[in-house]
Amino acid sequence: MEINKVNAINVKNVTKIYKTSNAETRALKNANLTIFDNEFFTLLGPSGCGKTTLLRLIAGFEDITEGSINLFDEEIVNLPPNKRSVNTVFQQYALFPHLDVFENVAFGLRRLNKDKNFVKKRTLEVLELVQMQDYGKRKPNQLSGGQQQRVALARALAPSPKVLLLDEPLSALDLKLRQAMRYELKTLQRETGITFVFVTHDQEEALTMSDRIAVINEGEIQQIGEPEEIYESPNNKFVANFIGEANLLTGICEKNGENGLCKLDAGQEVPMFIPNHIHKGETVTIFIRPERIKIKKSDKEKSYCTISQFTYLGNAASILLNSNTKSINVNLPIEDVKNFKKGDFVEVVFPSNSAQIID
Amino acid sequence: MKPKDKKTKFRYVWNFPGFGGWTAIFFGFLYIPIFVLVCYSFNSSKFAMIWTGFSFRWYTKLFSNDDIQSATINSLIIAFSAAPLATIIATFSALAIVRGGEFRSRELSNGLITLPLMVPEIVTAVATLIFFASLGINFGLMNVIIAHTVFCIPFAYMPIKAALEAMDPNLELAARDLYSDKPSTFRTITLPLLTPGIISGFMLAFVISIDDFIITLMVAGGGSTTLPVYIYSMVKMGVSPEVNAVSSLMLVFSIFIVTLYWIFNRKINN
Repeated sequence: MEINKVNAINVKNVTKIYKTSNAETRALKNANLTIFDNEFFTLLGPSGCGKTTLLRLIAGFEDITEGSINLFDEEIVNLPPNKRSVNTVFQQYALFPHLDVFENVAFGLRRLNKDKNFVKKRTLEVLELVQMQDYGKRKPNQLSGGQQQRVALARALAPSPKVLLLDEPLSALDLKLRQAMRYELKTLQRETGITFVFVTHDQEEALTMSDRIAVINEGEIQQIGEPEEIYESPNNKFVANFIGEANLLTGICEKNGENGLCKLDAGQEVPMFIPNHIHKGETVTIFIRPERIKIKKSDKEKSYCTISQFTYLGNAASILLNSNTKSINVNLPIEDVKNFKKGDFVEVVFPSNSAQIID
Repeated sequence: MKPKDKKTKFRYVWNFPGFGGWTAIFFGFLYIPIFVLVCYSFNSSKFAMIWTGFSFRWYTKLFSNDDIQSATINSLIIAFSAAPLATIIATFSALAIVRGGEFRSRELSNGLITLPLMVPEIVTAVATLIFFASLGINFGLMNVIIAHTVFCIPFAYMPIKAALEAMDPNLELAARDLYSDKPSTFRTITLPLLTPGIISGFMLAFVISIDDFIITLMVAGGGSTTLPVYIYSMVKMGVSPEVNAVSSLMLVFSIFIVTLYWIFNRKINN
């Protein structure tokens, strides 16, 4: 779906400091980001990185230390949560245990003093959207994890919020259900056209569902971009390592420019783009994904590497190469796997434009 | 003996020699006197300890004893006034302590609310007596109600605080998120979920108030004698079968309240 570039959420210079009697924690440091209308936007990072803090600041559950947050160009930092037209899907769902499914979903509409008939109609409509229309009379504790998840989703969607906030909503589900829900969430987002802000520490979730991702670490936004961009050209070592697997190798610049050349410590030469500000003889770190590396058989004298570990993954194989100075991780497609075995001497081939310089 | 056996020999407490016997003696000591008391309340003999036959004589006598009746009514008036007051105060205290966020004297306040549970009752009793006397407060039954309200607060507070701590704070946040302001969040989410805790706090306070002797003895003036104080004064003149009967009735009443308390507690834990 084409994303029209209307700003749904604008986070400007947001800092959050948690103060306890003897310590302060800077949970967010001067964060800036813009989330567009109709977008599936993911905040991705390890636990404790500040992604949930940012979500809670948008929802209004925490007081902001510095900065401003706009919701469709309206300043919201001074509004209480009930005055912000964003709704939250909580990690442990937080369904009201004393109310049945119907009343849980109708809760927001009732608080907005909507007309009784409308409340009924809209609640049933949303329950149908998440395929829970037959469970209206059940209490939350009579539902499975996946069903509770759907009700939580319906409850947050019922008042038609401008932005839906999702705080690791899939982390409590088992793997199979989690994968199915990913697809459903994505479909739901497309169908409703509501902006989703999704918090997760699971990079696979982020890559498969998002239109754009913000990678956060230690309270700082590391990179914002589309999944492909984040995966293919990470800004820094943290992003490279956090998203997927990465080989970070050190080498010396031989020649800069479009057809640059970098010589690895092990002696291998890697053709790649090297920006002009890096000069010949400078030490650089290069980044390459394991699946971009090719290997071919070689004899003992010519080889730089041996296969030191061979891990069968079913649909591929992961190989650990032991070069003279550093180990390199390679993923091979399954049809190439049978040509190699542990202990083989191999030569590593870096296809052009597969590697890049990283800070 | 193999070393393995030596290790596992005392793994469970019932492996200790004589464990069953001691347990039986313990429970016997605890419950046989109560059982005997209940039995003898149906004794037709005038002497407390000689069994002559089954009768409801002492129960009927009890119901025609004006002193016992007025003491019972006093006890009920006090408990039904003090327990709700204590419960209301305890509920607000628990809300402030558990949901009031970080404030400087939070730990101190929590300690001060629960401290009376550890202060010897006689100390509280004498202190209350001196307090009332020195301020010249003398409202009869009202004095007892004030005293009971105060010492019942920590008893009501404990289960309410526990229920509030067990409640997921995200539920209130979820309600706020769904366009509910603070008063309506309290009304629609916090209070309904806290009700079992409040009821069990109330029952505990009620039982403690009905049962209290030392503080009541010190504080109660003439005309505000409660049932435990009256029973004590009867016993001073010798254990009469009437005392057995009234004690049995109190026991039945307590069991009834404790059962209700247990049911509500189980509801919280589910």
